[in-house]
Amino acid sequence: MPSKKRIWIARDFLKCSGCRKCEIACSLHHEKRIWPEASRIRVFMLVPGAEVPHLCVQCEDYPCVKACPMGALSTSRKTGAVLVNDEKCTACGVCIKACPGKIPHLHPAKKTILICDLCDGKPQCTKICQKGNWDALEETTRSSWHVYKVHARKPEEITREVVRNLYGEAGEAFI
Amino acid sequence: MRGYAGKFLDIDLSTENIAQRKFDEEILKRYVGGRGLAAKILWDRLGKTWETVDPFGPENVLTVLTGPLTGFFPGARVCVSGKSPQSNGMVGSTVGGQFGVDLKCAGYDGIIISGKASKPCYITIFDGKASIKDAGHVWGKDGKQTLRILTEEGRQELKEIFPKHGELKEPQVLYIGPAGENQTRIAAVMEKWTHAAGYGGYGGVMGSKNLKAIMAKGLGPLPEVEDIDKVSDLIDEADRKCFKAASFRRWGTGAAGYAVGAKTSSEPVRNWQEEWHDEKSFAVDKFEQKLWVKRYWADYGCPTSCLKIATPKTGEFKGCVTDNPDYELQAFLGPNLGIYKPEDNVYLASTIDDLGLCGIQGGNTMAFAAELYQRGIISKKDLGGIQLEWGNTKAFGELAEKIAKREGFGNVLAEGSYRAALELGKKKGIDLTQYAVVEKGMAIGAHGIRSGRDFASIMSYACSVQAGDHTSLPSEPTEHENSEFSTILDDSGVYCTFNTFSMNIDMIWGFFSAVTGWTDLRKDWYETNALRIVQLQRAMLLLGGPDLKWKANTDDDNPARFYEPLPSGPYKGKTVSRKLFKEQKLEYYEAVGWDKEGLPKTDVLKKLGLQDVETKLKRAGVL
Repeated sequence: MPSKKRIWIARDFLKCSGCRKCEIACSLHHEKRIWPEASRIRVFMLVPGAEVPHLCVQCEDYPCVKACPMGALSTSRKTGAVLVNDEKCTACGVCIKACPGKIPHLHPAKKTILICDLCDGKPQCTKICQKGNWDALEETTRSSWHVYKVHARKPEEITREVVRNLYGEAGEAFI
Repeated sequence: MRGYAGKFLDIDLSTENIAQRKFDEEILKRYVGGRGLAAKILWDRLGKTWETVDPFGPENVLTVLTGPLTGFFPGARVCVSGKSPQSNGMVGSTVGGQFGVDLKCAGYDGIIISGKASKPCYITIFDGKASIKDAGHVWGKDGKQTLRILTEEGRQELKEIFPKHGELKEPQVLYIGPAGENQTRIAAVMEKWTHAAGYGGYGGVMGSKNLKAIMAKGLGPLPEVEDIDKVSDLIDEADRKCFKAASFRRWGTGAAGYAVGAKTSSEPVRNWQEEWHDEKSFAVDKFEQKLWVKRYWADYGCPTSCLKIATPKTGEFKGCVTDNPDYELQAFLGPNLGIYKPEDNVYLASTIDDLGLCGIQGGNTMAFAAELYQRGIISKKDLGGIQLEWGNTKAFGELAEKIAKREGFGNVLAEGSYRAALELGKKKGIDLTQYAVVEKGMAIGAHGIRSGRDFASIMSYACSVQAGDHTSLPSEPTEHENSEFSTILDDSGVYCTFNTFSMNIDMIWGFFSAVTGWTDLRKDWYETNALRIVQLQRAMLLLGGPDLKWKANTDDDNPARFYEPLPSGPYKGKTVSRKLFKEQKLEYYEAVGWDKEGLPKTDVLKKLGLQDVETKLKRAGVL
């Protein structure tokens, strides 16, 4: 039985300090290293001030899982997170193309893809963000009516909007 | 070796030769990285000819170095150095951001740059591979545009190098603005729009090498450490401690623009003619409520987020952006220019950042000019029509642009307050150095010493091997968390000193041993290593040249203004006692092994294994 209360990591870009503590926590948890590009969550800073934490949103229809030709991707019954079977994954990158937000990325050193696994229901990134009272990432309960897929967007797209929000129309010159 | 990538890039821009270099573990253990290692590299490469090395000549060496703790200790920075066009010595000048982290992830602990490119260029370091590229299209561009264009270009190239990888995070960029390109002596090396390695004037050194920017992107992890679990625990503990610093987290240094004036009376007001003001319009609540669009802005791994993003969304300064402004820029581009409006302060900070001027040096130099204007020594005509009255925000903005572009009178001021005072003084037949509030050619930080209420002591600027740098001031060199030797450690391990305020010294050394595995470093550091770095920096400062040389003892003095009594405020009448200053200076000399004339004692140099320093100083007639 899938748990009724699945979590979702809500993100508030305007509150992201850009400290990258989420990346540090994520890569320490998964890789036992501090490794910015091997972190499942990555904070993009295409324009200073507009820091964009980028991580899987768990689309309702999981286009990445559907697209995987190797059957390497599945979803967790417990959390709804996308799970990667490293043995099966060939790092072909088909899932990246399938993702509307281009969120999956290759592991820099291993032949596999990196996708947020929600730390099996206890995400390390939100933990540190909450401890620090930044609240850019927040563990919420996934709602049955909300369409989460709309949040799967490329860093550039999000940046453009955040810049405008932060700096007003003058921000157009920064993008 | 733990904590180090183990390789350095050695780039000669004249020949376009890109080599790799390694240092023995013993050298790294002695000098650690950042400022300490820069002292070693610069001494080895330039020591023999130091006094003839033109800081803007191709012979100068520019170092961009991380340290073993960069990326591990909360708040990553990178340390820029070389022969300083301000002090003619060497200054370890650090700047926050992710550049140092990406450099290490790309496989390098640092970059050593010499020579001069034949035309504007920038360096890219993409996962192990360094290249020199044409920068003609960004030469002349301001900070924001430079970063925008280069970030885009870097991302495009990364996509070509790693076509299957998916989205990669952007590369990190160190760059200069027009002030650096035009080789002003008061230009900074910039990062992230508002971040500056300001002290030392290395923006101009980059400009002199035709080097617009350095871009780094690494896909690898930070280097292996001795004990990753311990590092992880220490990060948690550091976070817990830093999270408790509630007021610093909320306001950063942004509350000081009012408090350091009103309370401690040690803020520069109209070129330090006063150090007190009670302008509540400049209190932090006004910045916070009117201008801050991001209340917590941080650099890599930082739990504190003392930075805040300020931007006016309406009015004539719409679109100007800066952080906080932090205290130094609040002070130097606020009360120091007779300005008490937060919006005006943001405009000037944003302008200075875009031009790539150092906020401290730039603000000091403009206030120096404004005082000359106030005294009728220079006129509107001299200034090319600028009415340089206190509080005339737009006039200062215009002047900053002239300085950065070396236009008209700006060309004189581009030399910084001290050298401008010498040149103008010669022309006018008056001693104008009395109005230059500087230490050995460098503007001092916005922390006065007359009231006795701020952290700088009365001998600290005068005795500093970093000249006016307020972030690393001399103090009793004992194993104490507030000791100068500990700030040298911060700038050599290359991380943010601010985060150490919430920790004790054991924790900092805990990070060092967990990362490097060197358990005996602590004792050596305070007994010999830090002192060795001080002696090297002292030697380079005393050798000086080619345009100016400092005399030990005589030039180890405070700016003349600090001997004038404070004219206003709660500490009215207070000043620096010359007698007390002399006593404290001699105590410091003794503590760091200098004789009564401020010259390094030969037995001290010998004990530190610095016989070559002794030989050189004797040959140059310093000893």
